[in-house]
Amino acid sequence: MPEQLLFAMEVTLNGLMAGVLYALVALGFVLIFKASGIFNFAQGMLVVFAAMTLVGVQTGQIPFAHLINTIFGTKIHHFGWTVPTILAIIVAGAAMVFVAWVIEKYILQHLIGQPDIILFMATIGMWYFMHGFAPLMWGSEVMKLDVGLAQGINETIDTTTYGWFGYGFFIDNLDIVAAIVAALLVTALVLFSQYTKQGRALRAVADDHSAALSVGISLRFIWVLVWSIAGFVALVAGIMWGSKSGVQISLAEVALKALPVLMLGGFTSIPGAIIGGLIIGVGEQLFEFAIGPLVGGATQAWFAYVLALVFLIFRPQGLFGEKIIERV
Amino acid sequence: MFYREAGDFKTSYRDDNQTFPIRLDRAGYWIALFVAFCVIPFFVNDYWVNSIFAPFFIYAIAALGLNILTGYAGQVSLGTGGFMAVGAYACYKLMVAFPEINIVFHVLIAGGITAAVGVAFGLPSLRIKGFYLAVATLAAQFFLVWLFNKVAWFYNYSASGQINAPERTVFGVIVTGPNTEAWAKYMICLVFLVGVAWVARNLTRGMTGRKWMGIRDMDIAAEIIGVNPLMAKMSAFAVSSFFVGIAGALFFAVYLGAAEAGESFGITKSFLVLFMVIIGGLGSIFGSFAGAAFMVLMPVVLKNLLVGTMGWPTEIAAELEFIIVGGLIVIFLILEPHGLAQLWRLTKEKLRLWPFPH
Repeated sequence: MPEQLLFAMEVTLNGLMAGVLYALVALGFVLIFKASGIFNFAQGMLVVFAAMTLVGVQTGQIPFAHLINTIFGTKIHHFGWTVPTILAIIVAGAAMVFVAWVIEKYILQHLIGQPDIILFMATIGMWYFMHGFAPLMWGSEVMKLDVGLAQGINETIDTTTYGWFGYGFFIDNLDIVAAIVAALLVTALVLFSQYTKQGRALRAVADDHSAALSVGISLRFIWVLVWSIAGFVALVAGIMWGSKSGVQISLAEVALKALPVLMLGGFTSIPGAIIGGLIIGVGEQLFEFAIGPLVGGATQAWFAYVLALVFLIFRPQGLFGEKIIERV
Repeated sequence: MFYREAGDFKTSYRDDNQTFPIRLDRAGYWIALFVAFCVIPFFVNDYWVNSIFAPFFIYAIAALGLNILTGYAGQVSLGTGGFMAVGAYACYKLMVAFPEINIVFHVLIAGGITAAVGVAFGLPSLRIKGFYLAVATLAAQFFLVWLFNKVAWFYNYSASGQINAPERTVFGVIVTGPNTEAWAKYMICLVFLVGVAWVARNLTRGMTGRKWMGIRDMDIAAEIIGVNPLMAKMSAFAVSSFFVGIAGALFFAVYLGAAEAGESFGITKSFLVLFMVIIGGLGSIFGSFAGAAFMVLMPVVLKNLLVGTMGWPTEIAAELEFIIVGGLIVIFLILEPHGLAQLWRLTKEKLRLWPFPH
């Protein structure tokens, strides 16, 4: 087999794996959008906040240490203990539920009935707020996230492909774990929304707010629930991203790429988020591989957005979205 | 007591439709212009111009531009930073290529080029709406910044990848480059701002502006009563990008003097201008000024207070700034979606009745 083709295959595989990570972030968007019609721009920041909280709890950092030191002139930074990973994940999950509750009570409650675009801009405000709040709470250095996931090159794939083609593919173990976790997560979400009472209520709300209200479903509870689930998905995405590249605030900008993923897949479709993520992941890797060197490289910065933009011109609702019907 | 329509007789249609129907407002407007043009330039120093006046004027131009697109025509854009970069780089290329032409024309032509780019990226707005469009404009933001970073022609193959404004004069006064005097910087920004604001005000209260507002309030309904959505949306994108391009050109040439696309025109700039528009007031000329003033002054005040007076590290001040701005956005959207401009309007209503509110 020609070498270029082998490289392209490897790039495609790695693109698929990167796509899984985008899809994980996009999943959180879809959940919230379906249940409340809110386009949550801040999802990427939730990912960062979740990951930071996890690392902070795990390593026993004192929240707001920097601020406390500045005000009171103390020199505290750590509690001096480390928390087991499982416990830290549970605490971080609880923190995300708390965030969901705060968002519902202090922001969404007051914006019911406003135009969608106002809600959208409110989530941009939330993005900004957390952009300052997260580093204030946990410090602004790059944090190392380690929850004991497998990392490094996968030897099995390397040797197997070497046996087949005479060229070993480089696939990171972490990416494989991420793909498995994503699959599990989606399965769990589907089971939850199909077979539990809360899940059915959630689907009812997604279908029609007023009808759901009239059969006695509490909208407030459902919204807190759905933002908590989105926070939990953000935590999972944060663990994956964070293990891969460390936790820092600029991760949120990478997570913005989940937006074109959504536009491609459709805002209301969970399979759309996954497939959109894979298309974007593969597309940008292949584009960078094939065209990137000709135009100066680093095309990943914009390829996803331009692809989504061009795609939208032909199909405004995305691949799997519901048809947009407008009435006067 | 003095703020009344009473006794101010309007005898023509023209009088009836003027921008400031109340005499005190008109007087205030002329006094503000007089102070801005004839008093302040004699007193400003470098610190005031560089940290307050120049950024305020330039951001006000950008906010006016975005307000036309978002506030009047209802098309949310997150690509303002990218369009400012187009204005800056177009201005740079023109300044270097045609040194004998006055810089004022360069800035205007840079605005024109930005308008063309804006229309190109605005075309999808015919098919996609709302936050779909907002995300699509992110494509403009990331693509344009990447373009100016990677294609060496745009920065004339300079080793640092930066663009530096050469020295240019207007009527013999240096306005760009490191030797610019504070008052010259101040004046050129002010002249552009007043011009842009005048055009914006007159566009938005005429036929064009009414079409934009029709599209904003409900585009299908507007189309049915005879507004051409293509023309309305494209003209909104063109005018908006023209202003934003001017702002970008001034930001680079007069204010910064040297710029690098990713750093000076990144996505934070897009957010910043959008926040000015939201806090100031969507669909209001005054709001653009108020929002720009607020967003320029707030960090300066915060920095002086926390870092200067209390000796806190700048890092915490920067983080608090994010928190305050984000919080304010949410609070404004909840309590007063029409922003500072609406608060100003309410104050004026109260003032008209004062001191006998019954």
